[in-house]
Amino acid sequence: MSAASADLMEPDYQRLDFAYRRSRDQDAPEPPRHPVVIAGAGPVGLAAAIDLAQRGIPVVLLDDDNRLSTGSRAICFAKRTLEIFDRLGLGELVAAKGVRWNLGKVFLRDALLYQFDLLPEPAHHRPAFVNIQQYYVEGYLAERALALRGLDLRWSNRVIGLEQAGDGVLLAVETPEGSYRLRADWVIAADGGRSPIRAMMGLESKGRVFRDRFLIADVRMAADFPAERWFWFDPPFHPGQSVLLHRQPDNVWRIDFQLGWDADPALETAPERVLPRIRALLGQDARFELEWVSIYTFACRRMEHFRHGRVLFAGDAAHGVSPFGARGANSGVQDADNLAWKLAAVLRGEAPEALLDSYAAEREAAADENLLNSTRATDFITPKSEISRLFRDAVLDLAREAPFARALVNSGRLSTPTVLRDSALNTPDADGFEGSMVPGAPATDAPIRIDGAPGWLLEQIGQGFTLLCFGVPPDAVPEEARTLLVDPAGAVPEGVIAIEDSEGLLARRYDARPGTGYLLRPDQHVCARWRAPCLAGIRHAMATALGWEMAS
Amino acid sequence: MTATLNLAPNLDAPDAFYEALIEAHRDLTPEQSHRLNARLILLLANQVGDLAVLREALAQARAGLAAA
Ligand SMILES: Cc1cc2nc3c(=O)[nH]c(=O)nc-3n(C[C@H](O)[C@H](O)[C@H](O)COP(=O)(O)OP(=O)(O)OC[C@H]3O[C@@H](n4cnc5c(N)ncnc54)[C@H](O)[C@@H]3O)c2cc1C
Repeated sequence: MSAASADLMEPDYQRLDFAYRRSRDQDAPEPPRHPVVIAGAGPVGLAAAIDLAQRGIPVVLLDDDNRLSTGSRAICFAKRTLEIFDRLGLGELVAAKGVRWNLGKVFLRDALLYQFDLLPEPAHHRPAFVNIQQYYVEGYLAERALALRGLDLRWSNRVIGLEQAGDGVLLAVETPEGSYRLRADWVIAADGGRSPIRAMMGLESKGRVFRDRFLIADVRMAADFPAERWFWFDPPFHPGQSVLLHRQPDNVWRIDFQLGWDADPALETAPERVLPRIRALLGQDARFELEWVSIYTFACRRMEHFRHGRVLFAGDAAHGVSPFGARGANSGVQDADNLAWKLAAVLRGEAPEALLDSYAAEREAAADENLLNSTRATDFITPKSEISRLFRDAVLDLAREAPFARALVNSGRLSTPTVLRDSALNTPDADGFEGSMVPGAPATDAPIRIDGAPGWLLEQIGQGFTLLCFGVPPDAVPEEARTLLVDPAGAVPEGVIAIEDSEGLLARRYDARPGTGYLLRPDQHVCARWRAPCLAGIRHAMATALGWEMAS
Repeated sequence: MTATLNLAPNLDAPDAFYEALIEAHRDLTPEQSHRLNARLILLLANQVGDLAVLREALAQARAGLAAA
């Protein structure tokens, strides 16, 4: 089969080399100063860099390597990540290449136990998930990054030293042509699970290591399984363990076999061991090619604090979860989404430094939620004790006969964005509201019409604050925000953008009545809402969301 | 009012229940009995439903071990 023959124009992202280029900084007599240096061009560092550059903040992005993610890592990218990628200019690329899916099926032995639909409600721009190899996502991000002015992406630049000094950070960087030094007002450490920066600073990511090993096999084949997540407990083709099957683009399928702690990684990745396992699942005469095989183990852990002075930790450097639930890259991209606008506001002098403490607080709480979900799933899939296994098996057993037990079956609770409920940036509700758009929630999408053409709400949200008003505008419109007015009851004030709630879903999803107004942060999270907003209240809520209350 | 674990007598027929409980385990190996108990706990937990009550029951059950 000719690989990727359909997409002639697409480079082979797995084999792409990005050239190291000498920077002028390497010849500077004194370490040059930059507002932001990001260490690590994985999905998180790239997303943060693009976001900052889009906001007009110059960024230096350093990566110790000159290639994209190799082999099998993340494949499941969540709706919220696609929405963030839309804002960063690559959502359509990822959504178009990715395999869309909403449905998960759980099997016990050879029978379907139950299934779940992750997006039971229609009329959303993006699906619950797309599956796409991490190297595509990184490739699209890198291409977007390389096209942005003010984003200086330096491959084969390894951070080897870091020192915080007063109002800045001094970094030592190693390149193929020797080392040099840089100064930064702020550093984002997005240097992955092993985070050399974390180690240089004498910090730790603490938590639990699970005693289990999983074999990943990515196989290329023409098969007609549907685009769904299939998870087996104790299947006849791999007794006593679990198996996960996922479809990826290019006719590649991810198969994930649980092996147990005693499995020998060197032995188990040998083709003579791997091929029979795959044939047991696919059938003896199945025709396929092995794309990638590896063994992984995992830990659930996080750093105690994500902010250390002028160094901000994000992504796997800050927290690590098991892959069940697809919460690694997805939560890391949310870290970037949360951090970029705040850092930009602080650098522009629009917000106090305290705003960056809210990055740490919000994303530490998010990490706890992800860790909790990930740990619970892992305890179910990999019971740690005999009694834990006994209950697990009893749940599986009962799930066949009693519907209630199906809710206890945990093959991974898939990534949903964290609602920043307890954030200091929220203005608590003074008016009564129903539904899920509480302060701290990421704005949910809905179909709209604008200038007569169909579109989506999230496309209309600006880079800064957005005020979403229904029917009637507030007493005066704040010029600091982009104001959207849904189904205007009268004249549309100067500077306000009218949109049409074409299917009535926008008002329903936001529990809106004429007069209702929502204030959205630059990362699209709700920070305040009113039944009848006034300019003073809106301004106060904006100041709160910029951290001025925290600072005082 | 939040529900709390009921420690006052609530069984319709205590002796009959106890007999039925022991009878359910008749002729089972210890391993089978463990499995039965696990299934039973899950069934009863669903009947109770209220997480606060279930947590109280778990704490009460465990506290009894420490005292013994
Ligand atoms: C088997 C498996 C399956 C997974 N499936 C999913 C999934 O379906 N969905 C999901 O969301 N997540 C998944 N994940 C997790 C996901 O891969 C990670 O969470 C994600 O890659 C983290 O991104 P990051 O940018 O924080 O770190 P990384 O991707 O690790 O990137 C860190 C970057 O920093 C660079 N670097 C390191 N040290 C230095 C230095 N000193 N100087 C400069 N650069 C440096 C590295 O070269 C690398 O490019 C999976 C992981 C595994 C292992």
